[in-house]
Amino acid sequence: MAHTWSEGVTEVAGGKIHFLTSGAGAPVLVLHRDVGNPGWLPFYEQLAQHYTVYVPSHPGFDKSDRPEWMRNVRDLAVLYQWLLKDMKLRPLSIVGLGFGGWIAAEMATMDHHQLRKLVLVSAMGMKPTRGEILDQFLLYTTDYIRTGFHDPSHMDALYGKEPEVDQLVAWEINREMTTRIAWKPYMFNAAFPTLLKSVDTPTLLVWGKEDRITPVNCGERYMQALPHAELATLNACGHFVEVEKANELTQLVVEFLGK
Amino acid sequence: MHLMYFTEQPMSAYPQEEGEKFGYTALLFPNTFFDRQAASRLYNERLEEYVYAEECGVDGIMLNEHHNAPFCMQAKVNVFASLLAGMTKRVKIVLLGNPLPISDNPVRLAEELAMIDLISKGRLVSGFVRGGGVESLATNANPAFNRERFNEAHDLIIKTWTQPGPFRWEGEHYQLRVVNPWVLPLQQPHPRVWIPGVVSRETIIWAAEHGYPYIILNAPIQECQKIWQLYDETAAGVGFTAGPEHRGYLIRCHVAETEEKAVENAKQFMWMQGEFTGLTHPLWASPAGYLGAWARKPLAEFRVGRRKQSMPPFEKQLQSMALIAGTPKQVIEKLRVIVEETRPSILALWGNDGNVSHHDSMSCIRLLGQEVMPAIREIGDKLGLNSPFEANSAVSLAHMQKGESTAVAAL
Repeated sequence: MAHTWSEGVTEVAGGKIHFLTSGAGAPVLVLHRDVGNPGWLPFYEQLAQHYTVYVPSHPGFDKSDRPEWMRNVRDLAVLYQWLLKDMKLRPLSIVGLGFGGWIAAEMATMDHHQLRKLVLVSAMGMKPTRGEILDQFLLYTTDYIRTGFHDPSHMDALYGKEPEVDQLVAWEINREMTTRIAWKPYMFNAAFPTLLKSVDTPTLLVWGKEDRITPVNCGERYMQALPHAELATLNACGHFVEVEKANELTQLVVEFLGK
Repeated sequence: MHLMYFTEQPMSAYPQEEGEKFGYTALLFPNTFFDRQAASRLYNERLEEYVYAEECGVDGIMLNEHHNAPFCMQAKVNVFASLLAGMTKRVKIVLLGNPLPISDNPVRLAEELAMIDLISKGRLVSGFVRGGGVESLATNANPAFNRERFNEAHDLIIKTWTQPGPFRWEGEHYQLRVVNPWVLPLQQPHPRVWIPGVVSRETIIWAAEHGYPYIILNAPIQECQKIWQLYDETAAGVGFTAGPEHRGYLIRCHVAETEEKAVENAKQFMWMQGEFTGLTHPLWASPAGYLGAWARKPLAEFRVGRRKQSMPPFEKQLQSMALIAGTPKQVIEKLRVIVEETRPSILALWGNDGNVSHHDSMSCIRLLGQEVMPAIREIGDKLGLNSPFEANSAVSLAHMQKGESTAVAAL
């Protein structure tokens, strides 16, 4: 079946990074979650009606080469700065989903002048004021992902009721890379409440009100730290906002980027 | 032969129905079920048993360590090793071993082990292990770097023991401004290092590459032959011929005055294999990155519950000699087969587990030490199964290459 998007490969720091891309107009980088990129999602397609969308698989995730030397999420953020420089995509806007939101926030603290706008969707990276970020390392992958959905039928629709072995292995590879760079402290940068104050980039924070992986109070804390941030919360929505509320998220993002 | 007594040191005093209800008895099984009074009693019973094992004639006492699980009470192998260093006179204190990757300061381990060696007057055998997945999770040591940390911690400890200080260590996982401990082991060039294992091919190769004896933990006889083949080939590749002094074997073996009693008590070996309460969660046993890429597919299937761990039932294990139970006479005949088939010079007999009473444990130790082990020693002598001590073998490949023949207590 013909599809609208294409697949590309680029090389950064001696390793190949695979990416999906489609659309036309100003560039928007979408950074995927810790479970990897599930493919070209309807959310990406809707966004590509307005922008040129790039969705790379993080180094060490999916089919992208593993940088053996990488030790933390900040290293990963630097590689993405490098990739954007090589691909001449800056300045641009970034949409970070979950773990990808953490990477995007790290990038913002490094060079916010190269960022037009920032969208953080149920982002990790900020230590919650109440509760904890759900620890995937204590859970079966499928249980972890299912917990991220308010309506589990959305997970079945995305991955199938019985995910294929290839998908299971891909999750395993992604979990290994997550272990390598986000094991401890788990899924947050303790310096964020201070460092993010330096970021001038207008930021949209989007959270599902039923997020059982990254507590909504992480979003509130992001809003306190970022000087130019607004927070939108969605009813009947879990952690995987881009799957459970693709239309609403697209509308919010397009409206925000177009301001 | 070198014949050792071992027990996993079960902390069996907890409500088993709670374990069954919870589904797992490791890592997250709440320690509100920990019975402090019983634990105090059990620790002291174990100590009494080890001292008695020496009196009964065992050559060595093997100790190990686990975390967050009632199947093993020994949360720090060096604690019991220290106690035994002072409380015993003759037995080797064989640690199999210190889990290196979960330590953030290997020099601290080198110091503790040196103290144990000095106090015991050179009776320490310092085995090293990677620790299970639960150990990584319980101590928050990154499982993806488990093997790298194992290798680096090992190199640092050996250097600490053998190279003059002070020196600086700027490694990948460990950085120490000053390495210069004011305590060094009595045995020179350093205490013997034995490596136990069962799952990982990489560990067998690593042990052979270093010239360290490899102790097979409870694997079936046919598996042992494959392991020795891999060990021998690796040894040949690095330039030495492996012999019985490089081979060890651990087997569950309960002895009692009557067969009936022995078999009844041996059922307690199933206690930690999940037959009673379930032991660990397959995910926690192998966190992501803990094993090599070969393990991804089976683990991925574990992760979603499509594969289950299955242990053969007790009767089948008894029949296949995966575990042994009986009177001394019966046990000797079975061990004869095992020793003839697997040819180890180091044999650890895991005598007691689960809820076996202190009284029956003591009786098992007496029969092992006074009746079983002397017979096995004779069999070993006839087969030429000389232990590293008897063979006076070099402590490692590095020291073989230097032409040094032995680790000698500097007495």
